[in-house]
Amino acid sequence: MSQDSTGYTVAFAAGVCLVCSLFVSGAAVSLKDRQEANKVLDRQKKVLVVAGLMEEGESLSPDEIRNRFDTKISARLVSLDNGSFVDAAENGADANAYDQRKASKDPALSDEAPANNAKVSRIPKVATVYLVLEGDNVDQHILPIQGAGLWSTLYGYLSIDSDGNTIRGITFYEHAETPGLGGEVDNVGWKAKWKDRKVFDGKGDIAIHVKKGAAGKPAEDPHAVDGLSGATLTSNGVTNSLEFWLGGEAFGPYLSNVKSGKVKG
Amino acid sequence: MSAAPGGLSKAQREALVDPLFNNNPIALQVLGICSALAVTTKLETAVVMSIALTVVLIGSNVTISVLRERIPSSIRIVVQLTVIASLVILTDQVLKAFVFDVSKQLSVFVGLIITNCIVMGRAEAYAMQNGPVESFLDGLGNGLGYSLILIVVAFFRELLGGGKLFGIQLLPLVTEGGWYNPNGLMVLAPGAFFLIGAFIWALRAWKPDQIEAE
Repeated sequence: MSQDSTGYTVAFAAGVCLVCSLFVSGAAVSLKDRQEANKVLDRQKKVLVVAGLMEEGESLSPDEIRNRFDTKISARLVSLDNGSFVDAAENGADANAYDQRKASKDPALSDEAPANNAKVSRIPKVATVYLVLEGDNVDQHILPIQGAGLWSTLYGYLSIDSDGNTIRGITFYEHAETPGLGGEVDNVGWKAKWKDRKVFDGKGDIAIHVKKGAAGKPAEDPHAVDGLSGATLTSNGVTNSLEFWLGGEAFGPYLSNVKSGKVKG
Repeated sequence: MSAAPGGLSKAQREALVDPLFNNNPIALQVLGICSALAVTTKLETAVVMSIALTVVLIGSNVTISVLRERIPSSIRIVVQLTVIASLVILTDQVLKAFVFDVSKQLSVFVGLIITNCIVMGRAEAYAMQNGPVESFLDGLGNGLGYSLILIVVAFFRELLGGGKLFGIQLLPLVTEGGWYNPNGLMVLAPGAFFLIGAFIWALRAWKPDQIEAE
């Protein structure tokens, strides 16, 4: 068969594609376990950082991270209907085995979310909350948040003080926003601006938001955080995610339990 | 083009060494600038990116060179791209499995090696005409030429922009009670433009034959 004939060309293209796809899928499958382990570790690291139990950029070995996570942090499951702790999700998984993101896709474990600006389509019946313990008392509540930015869904954690109102930290562990613009949600300086802001205003409504331009000090301007310049849609996405996840559909009942002192470690 | 025992022939040596200074992919051909600006704020990311690109470049050069007499000319660019894209995905998967933190910082830029003009350029301009050994050396040489610039630029950006090298604080910052006032420009992309410009200037002052005719 001549090298320029259509048959040869098609066969050659098919061959190249087959070989390449074998390599790519082989790598993806064989490295999957390692990558998953890295992701879990990275999430634990983010939880430690948002709780202030680990410095940003501090290098710890995987064992140290696991160890610190296990001693200081207790994962619990919360029913989003009434905000009380449950021992196991409906599929029988306990707090360590439960995968909230997987559950959000499972019709048996989640409900359709009402229309919302965070573009969350399904809301799980049960959510994972990380409690930071100090002795017998709960020092912080770390809540998972997610919402649509410009290109991607941002997944992160928000740490709330035991008063149920003061923010202790925020972090995002997965997103695909533009590096340098929306990607600045990972900026250490910007994340530090969230500390000591208040979620709720005097009337008990959710007031925390990312504003355009610069916000004042937490004492003077307790409900606003500096916007990310050049990333209005990502900034709005963060506001919308908080509005949704702290609201009545999600962690609202849990937070009112926290405020009234009903949540104990 | 047979190699002298224990050494490389002149042409092979040229394929390896030329891209460092005489025909540097970034400084003379001005290819691959996009990633050179993006990943050079820190030495660590620059080094990982350099290794990733060099590996992809060698892999694609050798593969294309082995196949060069069988690739139908009407679909050669598509075949080159398929090979390059597969190698890039492989590299990305390996980075995610073994150096997760760095791969997070490199974010999209590893994936963007697919569109890095150096890889495609060498495949089309060199590997399609030369044997696997020469193509291997050419890939290694061009990879090193790219790496050289990335590492030099990252060295200055991290040192002047944050007083650090490989994340270790060398110049104590004013904000932390030291004496060094970091240069914010170096952290931003324009800082890399100035540095690459200065590098090209220095190179052309040293080798005037690289200056283009007016």
